[in-house]
Amino acid sequence: MSTVLPVIQPGSPASTVIDFDEKLTAYGLELRAFAIDTLQINVGKLCNQACKHCHVDAGPSRTESMARETVEQVLSAIRKFKISTVDITGGAPELNPWFRYLVRRGRNLGCHVLVRHNLTVMFEPGQEDLPQFFSDHQVELVSSLPYFLEQQTDAQRGRGVFEKSIEALHRLNSVGYGLENSELILNLVYNPVGAFLPPQQETIEADFKRELTNRHGISFNHLLTITNMPIKRFLEYLRRSGNEERYMRKLIDAFNPLTVGRLMCRDLVSVDWTGKLYDCDFNQMLDLGVSPELPQTIADFDPEKFGRRRIMTGSHCFGCTAGAGSSCGGAVTIK
Amino acid sequence: MSYYEEDDLQRFSQIAKHRPDLFEKFMAWYQACQEDGALSRREKALIGLAVAHALQCPYCIDAFSQSCLEAGSNMDQMTEAIHMASAIRGGASLIHGLQSHNSVNKVSM
Repeated sequence: MSTVLPVIQPGSPASTVIDFDEKLTAYGLELRAFAIDTLQINVGKLCNQACKHCHVDAGPSRTESMARETVEQVLSAIRKFKISTVDITGGAPELNPWFRYLVRRGRNLGCHVLVRHNLTVMFEPGQEDLPQFFSDHQVELVSSLPYFLEQQTDAQRGRGVFEKSIEALHRLNSVGYGLENSELILNLVYNPVGAFLPPQQETIEADFKRELTNRHGISFNHLLTITNMPIKRFLEYLRRSGNEERYMRKLIDAFNPLTVGRLMCRDLVSVDWTGKLYDCDFNQMLDLGVSPELPQTIADFDPEKFGRRRIMTGSHCFGCTAGAGSSCGGAVTIK
Repeated sequence: MSYYEEDDLQRFSQIAKHRPDLFEKFMAWYQACQEDGALSRREKALIGLAVAHALQCPYCIDAFSQSCLEAGSNMDQMTEAIHMASAIRGGASLIHGLQSHNSVNKVSM
């Protein structure tokens, strides 16, 4: 079964497919990169969780994992081209055997290092010291917590995840993460627990701050809202639940041209566990590589060629342009 | 066949086939009502959900359930709003019991 969703024109026969690029053209827009500020490194699909919305299809049985040789190629590109930010993701990236090496070397090269940390991985064998490791290397953390209540969180991320996440947040707070006046940044991520769009980022952030403080005494810096992408496991859910067409219609109807100039693909390049390059992590999961005329692997990466590149798109891109927009940094248009 | 069709919610604008000027005025008013104002969009979505239940309009229940989720409300909050609507409906029925009592008292010794 295809994991790319056809986009149906509302009110039209199911065979009418809306092209994302055509939508941009209709608004007089074009999607091109303008810089390379961030290298997003997906070090593999192994994860201790198997979340229902995961666009990576990550889980405990996945074996894809970046090898030392590829890690060296990544580090070489960072050094050679003075990449300012590395954004390390997975799976649970901490489960890659070269993860800590990558973080240390990235920091030694002067990079701002951001890790997409699922919180519960710190309870896996050998990972108990992660809070201290992150703190020692001044890593910025971005951690998923889809809601401030147990029922919604466990519904998306698995039974018992909420309780463990709260304990993990306490441990991160205890080493200084997310505290006022601390330089250790801890941002949380809200994903809708179902087939609907995220609320206004600043509104739900206020709710999270109030509830997590009052109920659990937890502090964090910011809440980032991210739209669920209609690919892979979330797409399977949409199909299973009969929400596929309705969700896509919702994304298309909510297309916001103001988001296009601030999409993450415009200043980011994504690299997969084999070293192949993509315009974003979502394209990576669809095996939609960078434009064919460009170098395809990190070993051949050249920012000169990527700085103004044409972004490869698909119907899933409507997920990043709906409403306030969505990116790995949360909503892209904020009041 | 059901009298209510889910797809009709998406076809709402087709009501403008006749007297589009009136529909246009309605939509402008309807949308303006839902923007952030003295009440937040979330509060307004919860009011909409409650009213939808009081009116028992399946289209409105569907639409405002989605609006509430997308405004960040959870099921406890939404269910409380539904109970408010139901309680007021119940209270409105119950207080009419006094009309009944009054009527009975009027003809009773």
